[in-house]
Amino acid sequence: MHKKSISMFALVLAAAAAHAGPTLDAIRQRGILVCGVHTGLAGFSAPDKSGRYAGIDVDYCKALAAAILGSADKVRYVPLTAQQRFTALQSGEVDLLARNTTWNSRRDTTLGAVFAGVWFFDGQAFVVDAKKHPRVKRLADLNHASVCVETGTTTERNLADYARANKLQFKPVVFEGQEATEKAFQAGRCDAYTTDASGIAAMLSSLPNRADYAVLPEIISKEPLGPMLRRNDPEFFAIARWTIFALQQAEESGVTQANVAALRKTSQDPVVQRLTGATSDVGRSLGLDADWAVRAISAVGNYGEIFDRNIKPLGFARGPNALWNRGGLMYPMPLD
Amino acid sequence: MTITRARWRGWLAQAALLLVLGGLLWAGVANLVHNLHSRAITVGFAYLGEEAGFDISETLVAYDATSSYAAAFGVGLLNTLAVSAVAIVAASGLGLALGVARLASNGLLRLLATIYVETVRNVPLILQLLLWYGMLTELLPTVADAWTFGPAYLSRRGLTLPWPAPHAGWSAGALGVLLALVLGGGWAAWAARVERRGGRRLPRLVPIAALLVLLPAGLWALWGAPVAISVPRLASFDFEGGKTVSPEFTALAFGLSVYTAAFIAEIVRGGIAAVPRGQVDAAQALGMDGAQRLRFVVLPQALRVIVPPLTSQYLNLVKNSSLAVVIGYPDLVSVSNTTLNQTGQAIEAIALMMVVYLALSLAIAGLMNAYNRRVRLVER
Repeated sequence: MHKKSISMFALVLAAAAAHAGPTLDAIRQRGILVCGVHTGLAGFSAPDKSGRYAGIDVDYCKALAAAILGSADKVRYVPLTAQQRFTALQSGEVDLLARNTTWNSRRDTTLGAVFAGVWFFDGQAFVVDAKKHPRVKRLADLNHASVCVETGTTTERNLADYARANKLQFKPVVFEGQEATEKAFQAGRCDAYTTDASGIAAMLSSLPNRADYAVLPEIISKEPLGPMLRRNDPEFFAIARWTIFALQQAEESGVTQANVAALRKTSQDPVVQRLTGATSDVGRSLGLDADWAVRAISAVGNYGEIFDRNIKPLGFARGPNALWNRGGLMYPMPLD
Repeated sequence: MTITRARWRGWLAQAALLLVLGGLLWAGVANLVHNLHSRAITVGFAYLGEEAGFDISETLVAYDATSSYAAAFGVGLLNTLAVSAVAIVAASGLGLALGVARLASNGLLRLLATIYVETVRNVPLILQLLLWYGMLTELLPTVADAWTFGPAYLSRRGLTLPWPAPHAGWSAGALGVLLALVLGGGWAAWAARVERRGGRRLPRLVPIAALLVLLPAGLWALWGAPVAISVPRLASFDFEGGKTVSPEFTALAFGLSVYTAAFIAEIVRGGIAAVPRGQVDAAQALGMDGAQRLRFVVLPQALRVIVPPLTSQYLNLVKNSSLAVVIGYPDLVSVSNTTLNQTGQAIEAIALMMVVYLALSLAIAGLMNAYNRRVRLVER
């Protein structure tokens, strides 16, 4: 009887301690963060040579798992196609989508979901075979051309919108899956291929004859990509959002994967002290411990390091993804 | 008395089962709607009226990005119907020929038909579609080097043909063909009835042929007799003008026909084999030649065995056409996928697709069952 009441008490305590939103609770109980990622997009999430997922989206999952669960390895990756992703999130199959998903009003309001922030600023671009079409220099030169597009993305609509606004005509040929779309374009089924600029860079980086292709200068859309969560868990939302800011703040303050442990002990910079948990309880207000950001930064490095490791090899410039004080749009909210 | 009571019990049990099933269904739907609402997920079919905002490469009716999602859905449905109709006709013809070939007395023919059937029906359809599509888009020449057949061109962008320039006269002519087919069918049926009742044998071929020529031509002339033909010519990217049959449509129609024909061939072979040998011998004894035996003795009896499984194959073909999405043909599923993704209303979009495929399948099954009633054994 006595033993039973103690265990009951322990159970009540545990329940009280773990009482956060349903998603965060489930993650802690499971001990694993379930991350919906792209099936294979170089730079964002693609299996590397050893078969492990790597990329900027994957690194975000690792940072989040390190912050919440203490280890960057406690992630299960669920590869999702463009069609599957929202249903997988809504049904609870994944805890979040870190799957280069564009933040727009409809997705933010009608899907029962919410975006944690912007993890990558992208935009829709066009690539053509320069050997076949040497005279195509601008998008207007593509009038009446056929364009390969992947279904289930914002791309199809942007293409139609741009054509309408600029009185151009494109013939979209729509495929399922980015690989099928790229293959059709390379086979010459279409005159051009359109997708996010980063996706084009990723495709070209894998082609031996990349010099034959030309990326047109126009970017026809804003594609702010970011982590998408269910709307039922404000605590998890706060952690997801501030993990982005923490990694960007780390870059701004010069905190790196290599020096984060040392700076935590020695830094006199008040911002670094708050970030590393030396002086502030940002972590505790998030329902985590003081070391949450240190763990995240030691796992994957700061935002600049993540970018350089994953996106730079594609030959893609930092552009809008640079920090605000270096001409970019990345602006971490202040830690207090 | 006992019989009535047993019958009453049966009725009651069935009514109770129906109530329970209905209740479960209602509870399920109510639960779904409640959960979606509580998660702030938009529910309902209101999105169908919104502007679709995307283009579709192949449309049989007028459509552009400003049309509604419902219109886009209709375009996808028509594309599915078009490719299925072409493939059903082609698969039936090819399947019949192959089935007869598998029973041929010529050994080589038999062997070839067997190789065809065993190869084609044992490789997954999706791989075959990718193969045909890959061949059409990679082995054919580019637009600039297109093969020329008189005024028609073949390239990896498809087959481009001269085509009547859009005009009401052509539409009226096409309507005339349909009208002639209906009237011709009616005439044939009437003539058969007259003959069965012991009346004289009315001519069929000449009046029907006359209908088929005169009616469309008359309507065409009445609506302005247009003669303008749109001839394709090479523009900077592609042929402009004329009519292009896309490689996506061709690969899908061809792939579905080739695949389904293998199954139809087996059904035809089974049906023919089910006709007793004595029937053929008797027909031979009456002096019928091979073709006559097939047409008047074997096939009418074989059809009774063939039609039910053939219906299943037609249904499979229509459903298999949803693989279109892997080779970029804008069918019902492809268009619905785009809609689903733009609106995020997965349950509604998928439910709508399921209902439409169900209705389509039931319609085909209904037609085939009606035909089956006509050909089945009439016992006297």
